[in-house]
Amino acid sequence: MIRNLDMRSSLLSLVILIAGLFIWQVTTYVPDTGPIGVELSQAEEDALLANNMLPEDIEFYASQGVEFAQLEQIASLNLSRDMIEAAGGIRALGISVPDQDSAPAPGSLFPSPTLVGKELWATVTDPFYVNGTNDMGYGIQMGYSLLRVVIGYALAALVAIPLGFLIGMSPMVYKALDPFIQVLKPISPLAWMPIALFTIGDSELSSLFVIFICSLWPMLTNTAFGVANVRADWVNVARTHELSALRTAVTVILPAAAPTIITGMRISIGIAWLVIVAAEMLVGGTGIGYVVWNEWNGLRLDRMIVAILLIGVVGMLLDAAFARLQRAVEYAE
Amino acid sequence: MAKPFLSIERLTQQFPDGAGGTLTVFENSTFGVEKGEFVCILGHSGCGKSTIMNILAGLAEPTSGVVKMDGKHVSGPSLDRGVVFQNYSLLPWLSALKNVTFGVKARYPGWSKDKVEAHAKEYLAMVGLDGEVINRKPSQLSGGMRQRVSIARAFANQPKLLLLDEPFGALDALTRGTIQDELIKVWSQTEQTVFMITHDIDEAILLADRILLMTNGPFARVAESVEITIPRPRNRTEIVEHPNYYAIRNHLVQFLGQRSKELAGQQSHGDDQSPESVVIDKTATPPEAQSEPATLRAVSNE
Repeated sequence: MIRNLDMRSSLLSLVILIAGLFIWQVTTYVPDTGPIGVELSQAEEDALLANNMLPEDIEFYASQGVEFAQLEQIASLNLSRDMIEAAGGIRALGISVPDQDSAPAPGSLFPSPTLVGKELWATVTDPFYVNGTNDMGYGIQMGYSLLRVVIGYALAALVAIPLGFLIGMSPMVYKALDPFIQVLKPISPLAWMPIALFTIGDSELSSLFVIFICSLWPMLTNTAFGVANVRADWVNVARTHELSALRTAVTVILPAAAPTIITGMRISIGIAWLVIVAAEMLVGGTGIGYVVWNEWNGLRLDRMIVAILLIGVVGMLLDAAFARLQRAVEYAE
Repeated sequence: MAKPFLSIERLTQQFPDGAGGTLTVFENSTFGVEKGEFVCILGHSGCGKSTIMNILAGLAEPTSGVVKMDGKHVSGPSLDRGVVFQNYSLLPWLSALKNVTFGVKARYPGWSKDKVEAHAKEYLAMVGLDGEVINRKPSQLSGGMRQRVSIARAFANQPKLLLLDEPFGALDALTRGTIQDELIKVWSQTEQTVFMITHDIDEAILLADRILLMTNGPFARVAESVEITIPRPRNRTEIVEHPNYYAIRNHLVQFLGQRSKELAGQQSHGDDQSPESVVIDKTATPPEAQSEPATLRAVSNE
């Protein structure tokens, strides 16, 4: 049969996916109840007719799914269908009726996989539309988030890697900075947000700062650890070859510590991506985190799920990129 | 008397013993190595051989005493003193060739890339490495091949003094034999001055012009300097037939087995601790003095 491990694991993944989608579909399935019309009893119809409501109006609104109690309201207002439509439809009267196009369908607020799939398709086929500040393609929103992450992360790398080198190479600096690092490191990135908002003022810069601060620590500690633990033999090789401190750092310590440094960078990008979503929910305006919040507020759960799914996919791609980088600098002893 | 090429003068090394006192590894150790000479140093673990090696390499500072090479004070590591470490110390992210060019580039910064590469390849070929092998990473090489690369790297730098720290310690006997032969070959082509640490008596006799014997520590010292009176070129299967071979070997075994302990722990009281020169040459003595039963017994007991 199928002997190849990759094949078997892919098959298993597929089975799990299908099972998951099936369970999702079943639990969110709303049976087709035919036309959404409401069957009125003879007594009810008579009551409406007694209220001077036209028979064709009764039939029309009942077929639209308007309940007897609401029909009674309409009848009591003494409005004909033409007048209602002229006023902007039945909803303009404040009477809520089910809408064929509206999602979710009554019975299940949670969107089914088919609904999400449709929305996902619409999103990936048209990712860059702009219909206003609150209605932009997810590609654009994702771009905002990625840009913030890249800027905050790059600034963190610029600080963390040289500083990590210094800490790793100098036990004195290590001991001096260690207490600060130990205290600052466990602080939740979002806890910095109020301080950032107050001191920096600008919300855009504040979210960059939060990305910066959360990306800093794994890179800093991993670089310091990697540099401090470069095998003494390799450093001795550099010393016996009379390499300058800079050349030793570049040609011996950097490649020796690179796998550890990249591991720190990989952890950092993961955290930065987690934090940007939360930060954008707080700060608002643009970004995929804001999209999730916005769709939630609009109760477009299907679009929200699509956004969440895309966050996962982009996070995976970021991680995969660093995994590739990691393989490139890895060495076997 | 003229100073030797490499002169170790009143070298003392002390470490804190962890209980508030000091541990003297060796003190006032004084000896020399001539230019072009191949000297092996033999002694038990912990007698301070590696410490001497690190001081000569400039990787460690002695508590007191000086090392002079070519009349100049040695301090800190230098390209003039190449080191072959026991664990090869190849940079694992570089190929064998790149490991050698790494050293050559440091030694001759002005050389063109092609020249550096050609030079590195030449020395790799001397230790029997050529073709596709030199583009492999150290992890893809056997222990013997790695040590060959390490030796090539050291020789390619043409240092004035080559320091070998138990270079064959981690290799199996057969590989060790092959690389010893290659080492002799390279050495005879380059006329390097070599200072080598070893645990292996036969290896020392095969390679060295002179063997320095160290007593056990603490207060270790280089007690004897035994001249290897076996002509070169030497061959491992032929030297055992030489009349001096077992005489020298027995002397060394005796020293390491017994006298290194008896002589241990003698403090210098401020005197220079120079080795006593020992020359064992059976070829100069009457033939009946050869192959005494006692000599053979000592060998079979070993």
